[in-house]
Parts: sequence; C-alpha cells; structure tokens
Amino acid sequence: MANSVTAAKATRGINKTIIYIVCIGLAVLSILPFWIMFVNATRSTAEIQSGLSLLPSTHLKTNWDVLTSKSFDPLKGFLNSFIISASSTALSVYFSALTAYGLVVYNWKWRQAFFTFILCVMLIPTQASAIGFYKFMYQLHLNNSFLPLILPAIAAPAMVFFMRQYLLSTLSLEIVEASRIDGSGEFATFNRIILPLMTPALATQAIFAFVASWNNLFMPLILLTDKSKYTLPIMVSLLRGDIYKTEFGSIYMGLALTALPLFVIYFLLSRYIIAGVALGGVKE
Amino acid sequence: MRRKGTINYAKYGYIFSIPFVLVFLVFALYPTLYTAFIGFTDMKGVIPKPVHILDNPFQNFKELIFDNASFRQSLSNTFILWITNFIPQIALALLLTAWFTNQRLNIKGQGMFKVLLYMPNIITASTIAVLFSTLFAFPMGPVNSLFDALGWSDAPIQFLQQKNTARGIVSFIQFWMWYGNTMIILIAGVMGINPALFEAAAIDGASGFQTFFRVTLPSLRTIMLFTLITSMVGGLQMFDIPQLFITPAGGPDNATLTTSVFIYGQAFKGAYMYNKAAAASMIMFVIAAALAALMFYLMRDRSEGQLRKKLRAQKKAAKAAARGM
Repeated sequence: MANSVTAAKATRGINKTIIYIVCIGLAVLSILPFWIMFVNATRSTAEIQSGLSLLPSTHLKTNWDVLTSKSFDPLKGFLNSFIISASSTALSVYFSALTAYGLVVYNWKWRQAFFTFILCVMLIPTQASAIGFYKFMYQLHLNNSFLPLILPAIAAPAMVFFMRQYLLSTLSLEIVEASRIDGSGEFATFNRIILPLMTPALATQAIFAFVASWNNLFMPLILLTDKSKYTLPIMVSLLRGDIYKTEFGSIYMGLALTALPLFVIYFLLSRYIIAGVALGGVKE
Repeated sequence: MRRKGTINYAKYGYIFSIPFVLVFLVFALYPTLYTAFIGFTDMKGVIPKPVHILDNPFQNFKELIFDNASFRQSLSNTFILWITNFIPQIALALLLTAWFTNQRLNIKGQGMFKVLLYMPNIITASTIAVLFSTLFAFPMGPVNSLFDALGWSDAPIQFLQQKNTARGIVSFIQFWMWYGNTMIILIAGVMGINPALFEAAAIDGASGFQTFFRVTLPSLRTIMLFTLITSMVGGLQMFDIPQLFITPAGGPDNATLTTSVFIYGQAFKGAYMYNKAAAASMIMFVIAAALAALMFYLMRDRSEGQLRKKLRAQKKAAKAAARGM
C-alpha cells in the first residue's frame, strides 16, 4: 500500500518535471525570436551573417544611422501611429460606454432590436467593406487623412457588447435615480457619475482598442500612400523592400523599434491584459 | 393624471445611440453596400472613369468562382492555413489548460507562463511577419545558422522557396501567436465551471484523465465553440502575416496567397480591378455571415430567452397596472 502511494507520487513527480520542461520550452519559444531581434539590432551585418549569438554587440549606433539614412523615419511613424491609436481609442471607449449606457438604463422601444443588431454586425470582417470604404474615402478626398482610420472607432459593436455586460452586472439604477433627484441632467449624469464608475471596464477595453489600432495594417496600407503619413506597421513593410536588402543589422533595428513600445505596454499592464483576455471569452 | 410630473426618459435611449448609428451607417453600412455594388460593375483602373453595371451583373462572381484559379487557390489556402494552425493550437491550449487547472499538480509560476505564452499575440503582426522572414533568410539567417551549428543541414536551406515549408511557417506563426490567447480563454472557462462538479468527480474516484474528458471538456463546449467560430472568422481575414512574410506576397507560387491578400492584390496592384476585389470581398462576407449565423444558432443561450420572457412578463404587468388605474 505504502509502496503504491510512493510510486504514484514518483510518477506525479516525473509528470510534473515533463510539464515544467514543456512550459519552459514554450516560454523560450515565445521569447527567443524577440530576443534575437533585439540582440541583432545591436550587431553589425557581418556579425549577423557569421552566426547566431544571444549576447548584444556594440553596433547599435551604426544600425540606427543606416536605418534612418534611408526612407525609414521611425519617429514620424511612431507619432502617426500614436495619433491614430490614441484618438480612435478615446472615441471608441467613450462612445461605446455611451451607447451601452443607453442600452442598459433607458427602456426604449427599439432597445432589444438595436442590441440584436449590434450582435449581428459584431463579426463582420473589415475586409468585406474595404473596397467600398476606400472608394468612398477617395471621393471625399480623405485618403491620406487620418480621419477614416479614427472616426469609424465610434461604432465599435464588440466593445458596446462588453460594456453592456459590465453595466448590467455592476450598475445599480438607484445611482441614476438619485442623481436625477439631485437635478442632474441625463448627459451630465453619464459624464460625471457613470463614466468614473466604469473605469475598470474602460481601461481594459482601452488597452485592447489601442493595441488593435496600433497593430492594424490593412486599412492604413490601403488609405495612406503619402510617405509622411505612414504608420509603423506600414513602415515595417518597407524593411522588406530592396533598400535594406543586405543591411540586416538595421532591419532588426527597425523591427525592434516598432515592437519596443508594445513590450513596454505589455510588461507594465500584462496583469490587466491577461485578465481582459480571460473576460473576453467568458461571455455568459 | 399622474403623467404630469414624470419625464419620459426613453428618448435618451435614442439620443445616446445616435453617434453609434450614424457612424455605423456612414463608415460601415454604406461602404459594405457600395462594395456589393462595385462587385456588379466594370470599375477598374487608377483613373476614375464612368462606371457601368455589367450586362451580366454576376459576371465578376462567375469569373472568380469558375475561371480564376488564384482565387480558388486563395480560398483553399486560407482554409489550409487556418486548419493547420487551429488544430494544434486548440490541442496545445487544451493540454496546458488541463495542466494549469489541475489542483493536484499545482503548477507553480502559472502567472509568468501565461504572460510569456500570450506575449506574441500583442506584438504587431507585421513586425512578426518581417521578423520571421528575416530569421528564415537565405543563405545566412539565424535559423540557417542554427541548423548549420547543430549539423541538421549540409547546405543552407531556402525555406521560403518551398511551397509546403513556406505554408508550414506561416501556419506556425499563426499558431504561435494565438495558442496563448486560446489557452487563457479556456482556463477562464474552466474557472467558471461549478467546483461541485469537480468535487463530485473526485469523491467518485475519477482520475485526472477521466475528470478532464468527462467533466471539463463537456463543460467547455460553449467556449470552445466560441473560440472555433471567432478563430474561423479571424482566419478568413488572415492578411498581415502572408502579406509581409514573403515577397512577392502570396508566394512561392501562390502557396501562401490568402483571400485577403488576393483582394488587396486585385484592388491595389497591377490592373486595379476594384470590381473583382469587391466581388471577392462579397464572397468572403457571405462566408463570414454564414459562420456568424451558425455561431448564434448554436450558442443562442438560455439566459437571453429568459431575459426576453421576463421583459414580456414585465410589460404584461405594466399593462395590467395601467388598465387597473
């Protein structure tokens, strides 16, 4: 009896060792490509060509100079990406909260129909309307403008869905009633009382909206043809072209620069991001 | 007359929804209808010309489906790339979920593992595409250096020139970017299962395997279905990785040409065939809509129905009260 218990313990020990090895292996697999990217950003092309190394070298400055001497302007790209992502995030978070509030607090005739409609349009792929969208913006002379990349964020069905769930589970209508008695207008109630209460949901959704907009390639690639308007993901595609063909050091440098802000955001906010991902799947 | 003092708040429901509806109509609905319209026309070329509806309105669709080998190839590629990354992705995610949620195993450092395994998902896909294409560079990319150092290959390998290798790498990148995401969703799903079920299984002497296959998996059905459909709709739009991983996009020999890459290539390269691209978009739209409809049909949850019932009961009560007054 005692023997079988120790045997079971031993097997569990072996199993656990295997599990840890697999998990550590997967973690290394997650880190390694990025590690090589950051390390190679500091190595000269000759060093990169001569073999793999996991330790940084001293050519950071040279790579930066080569990178920026051609058509690659990372600061400009960073700024463009930031303007688009920050404004679209602000708009989508605010207006989604407003729409969700309208859906939860007021009892209007079309409420249920409107919510069903939001559910229906949630899964429509952007590519499905891209050609019409491009042509329409072209007719309005809004290609090479940031507006077509920012304004559509006001209608974010998935985010409205999420915020509605959040309000349904946390908001007590008594707060709304109380502020009405205090003479607060409906709009003021939303802005001054409800929005601050929604901070956790707003923050989670803001992170995801920002990252999604920051990483978006398809729409900016279609709309922005003027080089000074390029976002970082489009700039990345320049690194594939002929201009950097043999300058591997600066290619890695360019890649590292585009990824760096996301690594910073991720490691600062990973706890909330993981919690947010988990929440996204549990829609019950 | 009670009405006098009360304010009708219902109108605010409409007012607060106006921005959403307006923006949706202008930036989503109209472009979608316009895309559908373009699909029936002869619109092509960079210089705007008068546009005519084709004599046979469905000609673009017909040509795409019956005469265009690259379009059909792009559909099958999209499916191949999706299925070859989804199956290993869900399998690994389930395995990790089983490990991480097993109380008896009590795996340490789960928080850190989750953070690291999810990490590739948050980094720009374009950056990852170009990074991998540089890592697999010929003749002296890091992967070739590694293979050489380990003695796995005698000569440098042209990874990106072989159809199946190129496809395999694209599908690996997708897998690598998404399995962490799926895992976190599944773990959250397991956390949501009633603990009494696990206790009952433990009391009945179920082994880890039995508990997982008989209790955990059946309870995860809804969430796995959700993951499946969202992954399908997402996979249908696969663009960044195949667009930037190999130049020219879709190569070698159309092996990684996905539907989105096809649409982009038709509309914004070569002959600027907006009509063909629009028709292809509409075909994609129909597939996505069918998938979404399937999901809503399969997932129509009881709570929604109950809510509606409750509302109806409320309305009835309100009406009865009104009549009573």
